[in-house]
Amino acid sequence: MTKRLTLRAVGAVAVLGCAAPHGAHPPPARPTLRWGGDAEGGAPFVEADPADPSVVRGFDVDIAGVLARGLSRTPEFVQVAWASIDASVERGDFDLGMSGVEDTPARRAQHAVTLPYFEFREVLAVRPADAGRFRRLDDLAGRRVATLGATLAYQILLDAERRAGVIPVSYDDDVHPYSDLVEGRVDAVLLDHIIAQRAQRRTGGLTIQPQPVAVGHYVAVLARRDSALRDSADALLKAAMADGTLERILRRWNVWDASQGALFQRVVAGGEESGGAGGRAGPSWVGGYLPGLLRAAGVTLVLSFLAMGLAVAIGLVVAAGRIYGPRLLGGLLTGYVEVVRGTPVLLQLFVIYYGLAPVIRLPAFLAAVLGLGLNYAAYESEIYRGALEAVSSTQLEAARTLGFAEAQILRLIRGPQALRFALAPMTNDFVALLKDSSLVSVITVIELTKQTAIYATNVGSWVLPGALCAIVYLAMSLPLARLARRLERRWRVRA
Amino acid sequence: MSPLLSLEGLGVAYGRRDVLREVELTVAPGEVCALMGLSGAGKTSVLRAVAALQRFDTGSIMVDGVALRPGPVPPESRLRALRRKVGMVFQEHALFEHLSALENVTLALRHVLRQEASQARRRAEDLLGTLGVGERRDAYPHQLSGGEAQRVAIARALAPDPRLLLMDEPTAALDPARRGGLGEVLRGLAAQGRGLLIATHDTHFAEGYADRAAILADGRVVESGLAREVLQRPRHEATRHLLQADAE
Repeated sequence: MTKRLTLRAVGAVAVLGCAAPHGAHPPPARPTLRWGGDAEGGAPFVEADPADPSVVRGFDVDIAGVLARGLSRTPEFVQVAWASIDASVERGDFDLGMSGVEDTPARRAQHAVTLPYFEFREVLAVRPADAGRFRRLDDLAGRRVATLGATLAYQILLDAERRAGVIPVSYDDDVHPYSDLVEGRVDAVLLDHIIAQRAQRRTGGLTIQPQPVAVGHYVAVLARRDSALRDSADALLKAAMADGTLERILRRWNVWDASQGALFQRVVAGGEESGGAGGRAGPSWVGGYLPGLLRAAGVTLVLSFLAMGLAVAIGLVVAAGRIYGPRLLGGLLTGYVEVVRGTPVLLQLFVIYYGLAPVIRLPAFLAAVLGLGLNYAAYESEIYRGALEAVSSTQLEAARTLGFAEAQILRLIRGPQALRFALAPMTNDFVALLKDSSLVSVITVIELTKQTAIYATNVGSWVLPGALCAIVYLAMSLPLARLARRLERRWRVRA
Repeated sequence: MSPLLSLEGLGVAYGRRDVLREVELTVAPGEVCALMGLSGAGKTSVLRAVAALQRFDTGSIMVDGVALRPGPVPPESRLRALRRKVGMVFQEHALFEHLSALENVTLALRHVLRQEASQARRRAEDLLGTLGVGERRDAYPHQLSGGEAQRVAIARALAPDPRLLLMDEPTAALDPARRGGLGEVLRGLAAQGRGLLIATHDTHFAEGYADRAAILADGRVVESGLAREVLQRPRHEATRHLLQADAE
């Protein structure tokens, strides 16, 4: 579980570098074992080596090395977004995925998974002042608890939401949950103990509750068709557990503890490791996910309407300021429009949510409305400026000769006509906003696309969730697109 | 009777180019005055300066007791008296595209003169009816013919009851039959005691319906007098040019 800023790069795969942990380069003829993982913020699983960023290091890197050697192959690391490991391995982008990949029933049902090689504990991290009152999940009724999206921990939080009224907050990375905890945006973080310990070393100001919420295991995941390779990997893992190789690796990365020894004994003795780790897989049929999807669609709609309302209001002010205002104001507003249009909305969302946090700690939904609203305001203002300037100047002069004041001309003559010019492009923009609203999941707002990604990860397939999600988006955007076309036709006649 | 409009030494420059210099002109109540000249002679600049739509640089403009001084156009708040006295009909009509013919006429009555809706409506219906477009009151500008749109524009300019009406090339988009109709309308307006200043290069129209003609050339009025006399017995080269150009 080593993901930092996934940015929905589904299937985005890049060969980062060859990791030969002991520096021994085998002869070129030797076949490779391609293994996928996410090196972004991935210590101690997989991370780029600070000494040589073209090489990766971490305990998953070393274990992949053990497997490759056992198979007489050369390990070759393939960088992949953490949330896409399952889909990529099934596509054949690499032979196996290992990067804190959790053992879940859904994963077992969809892919081939190896024996577990590491036992992690889902632990609660809280602010030291709250250590006495937030000991267990059930103490956190009505409180915001953060975790990484699409994980076992997230499933546990969803269960706790139903059971105890905990409010789950999903992140796309495992760093910001802890910084937001320190800043007071959330009241606890539920994640794997090695991630919590790393955050404690990095951030400080955290207390990790000793009582684990659940226990889970890391496995390597392979394509379903690769069960033979999986069996070989199982045998190699067992051997490495038996002869102490795996223990040495985990000790070297400072993640060894007694529970690993117990796990190894059970695995070597042939004990079944179920992979059910306290959490449970979500419902696998459509009906079970539909309420969640519809709720998320509601979030998307409300967010889009509020952001568009803000964009229209600010856009009108900016356009009017640029046309009627003094030169200095016009210059400032032009600067605003150019900066906003010239930078990614994703960056703007990060700045508003995380960058401004030391000054003003905005709730995620408000930050999302503000970020999208301010971004779209720049585009709307250009539409309005163009529309206002499209009203013929002789009409404005005619209005002046009739004695109208400038404000009246704008309100009664220029504005209403400009609105007609602007309506169709505005509607198109709203459809675009509806889809761009999916970006706000990076600041923990769960909207339709994010909910779909969670659903897809749980069922291990994008086909049905993707189709459902597309249908919901289309149901929202098609009527609007139709409206835009009708308006366009209607006003074109007048023009 | 003192004139409704009096221009003395009017000068307009665009950058270094003098478009008008020393224009002298008067329009009396009940008089239709044709301001004539070839394209680019500055007819429209005279109208726009009188309507306070553009700056003028020298001379003075006096409209029924309201004086305009050289310099930039004053803010609208200082032009209220002038706006009540001067109406203007633009060459392209410039009707408000989003409003019906009736709404085009009532808009200023409602929002500038603050009349009751019913009162404004009655006035607008009267005007549209008088101008022969009463049955088109619910049509939008894009649904009107050129002649109809022009009559609606005249009704709109007349709604606040200005004493001086300015018109820019009113016959440009009209066929000969409709020109006659327009001429009769303008005579009717003058008969009510209004003054009309009409920028045109249409000599037949001016001869038929204007009381006086003023010929504009090289930025000044080079010849003026009774329309028929000026146009039938031109004394100035510019007038002859104008007649010649119109005959072609």
